[in-house]
Amino acid sequence: MKNLLKNQKWNSLLYGVLAALVALVWVYPFVIVVVNSLKTKRGIFSNPLWFTHDFTVDNFVTAYQALDFTHSFVNSLLITVGSVVLITAVSAAAAYALTRHQVKMSSFVYYLCAATMLVPFQSIMIPLVSMFGSMNFLNRTALILMNTGLSVSLSVILYYGAFQGVPKSMDEAAKLDGASSFRVFADVVLPAVNPMTGTVIILNAMKLWNDYLLPSLVVNKNGMYTIPLKMYMFFGETNSEWQLALAGLVLSMIPIIILFLLLQKQVMSSVTEGAIK
Amino acid sequence: MLKKHQYYGFILPAVAFIIGIIIIPFISGIIDSFTNSNGISRQFIGLKNYQLLFQDYNFLQSFWLTFKFSVVSVVLINLVGLVFALIVTHKDNWFNNTLKTIFFIPNLVGGVLLGFIWQFIFTNAFKALSVNLGQNWLNGWLSDETTGFWGLVILFTWQMSGYIMLVYISFLNAIPKNSLEASLLDGASELQTFFNVKLPQLAPAFTISLFLTLANSFKLYEQNLALTNGGPYRSTEMISMYIYNTAFVNFQQGYAQATGIILFVVVALASFIQLYFSRKGERS
Repeated sequence: MKNLLKNQKWNSLLYGVLAALVALVWVYPFVIVVVNSLKTKRGIFSNPLWFTHDFTVDNFVTAYQALDFTHSFVNSLLITVGSVVLITAVSAAAAYALTRHQVKMSSFVYYLCAATMLVPFQSIMIPLVSMFGSMNFLNRTALILMNTGLSVSLSVILYYGAFQGVPKSMDEAAKLDGASSFRVFADVVLPAVNPMTGTVIILNAMKLWNDYLLPSLVVNKNGMYTIPLKMYMFFGETNSEWQLALAGLVLSMIPIIILFLLLQKQVMSSVTEGAIK
Repeated sequence: MLKKHQYYGFILPAVAFIIGIIIIPFISGIIDSFTNSNGISRQFIGLKNYQLLFQDYNFLQSFWLTFKFSVVSVVLINLVGLVFALIVTHKDNWFNNTLKTIFFIPNLVGGVLLGFIWQFIFTNAFKALSVNLGQNWLNGWLSDETTGFWGLVILFTWQMSGYIMLVYISFLNAIPKNSLEASLLDGASELQTFFNVKLPQLAPAFTISLFLTLANSFKLYEQNLALTNGGPYRSTEMISMYIYNTAFVNFQQGYAQATGIILFVVVALASFIQLYFSRKGERS
């Protein structure tokens, strides 16, 4: 018995060490980027695997300016927040009406959402962009509208499940108290599905903050660049100056990593929910 | 509950967005695929684009590459994701929670940034390793067709495994604790418990993960762009990049759109197969 327990202890220690090693390998790509962003070009050349004796933060100053970081950050933020607000409002309202009225129209709209989720973005990207292009309407507002159209389907379906879980008696009670239909929705039913609103916001925000392909076709011009667009351009300009490129990468990753560390649990449960639905 | 005009008021914005941003471009895309559109002028040419596509070496090559990439990635990502899920659900403590966070983090970062990170690793870090360890095969990974392909697979596995891990975790956590304990009390080893108790419960998780990975690898673009940009000589150009380059570099928009329609058919077919299998699974 004693031997068995001892064995178990050794086993779990061995398991812990192995798991920790795997995690180190997994996180090493980030570590190596941060380490080398704090070095000179010569340091990277002599040993890119770890620190050398040439610590510097100058790369960050250069990268910050080249990325026009404040401006790109604001653009990314405007586009992400604008799209997410619109997506949430539009899809919550639609899903609410769909669950409250089980009529033919409702199931048609539900299936429309499910069917359009099957369309890969690359299958509509060319006509979508040329449609907006022919109206001379390629800017941040246009991007927000496109993002909304592309994300509404999934968000409606996510909300649909949540609203189904809210008993209709809640609506009726509020109605009897004299609330208007809109008030019932906004003040009574919507707050009851707050966790789902969190999920819809997080899923869409993560996707849109990191998006590159559509923004590269719509807002690839002065004054409208988002962080991924500017980073792509900056990378092309720095070609063999890795220390600058890496500093730019670190800067570009900081906002989303910080946000994640603050909202870890919520982010992981939202991502799970979005994947399983 | 809502009056008729209110009902339509609630659903109209969503329907308008879906029609305007997805349905109309989709239909106009189908029409475009029968034309020789170059973005400015176009003529109706019937099925010619589709006929040409099946003789186009670059298209067939990128389609085959995408297919290979998807199969390899699906297997690797699901394997790694499942192992990670088993590791972190082993016990609920700070150590395993930290591991879970670390495994998931690559999923937060956009494809362009990830591509650049790995470009640095495959060029600079691999080169240093090859000198230190005297291993020549670590050199020039992104300037070769085969290693370039595996570079993309490694990047994508690194990015997606933590995501798929979360799917498996949620199904593992749903397994009743007492059925696990019962199995262990009966004298079954951890391994036997895994195969007899856990694995059968994970069947729906497999279906979900399989098609999540498949759909994502068929639509891969940004990682491809930032890591290899299709090189050397278009040999690592996957289907999305093929569409992009045909439309926006060569300005053959009708031709590119025909490729887009083929992509749609493939993705839709895969989704129907998934639906069929998951329905069948629910019934049995």
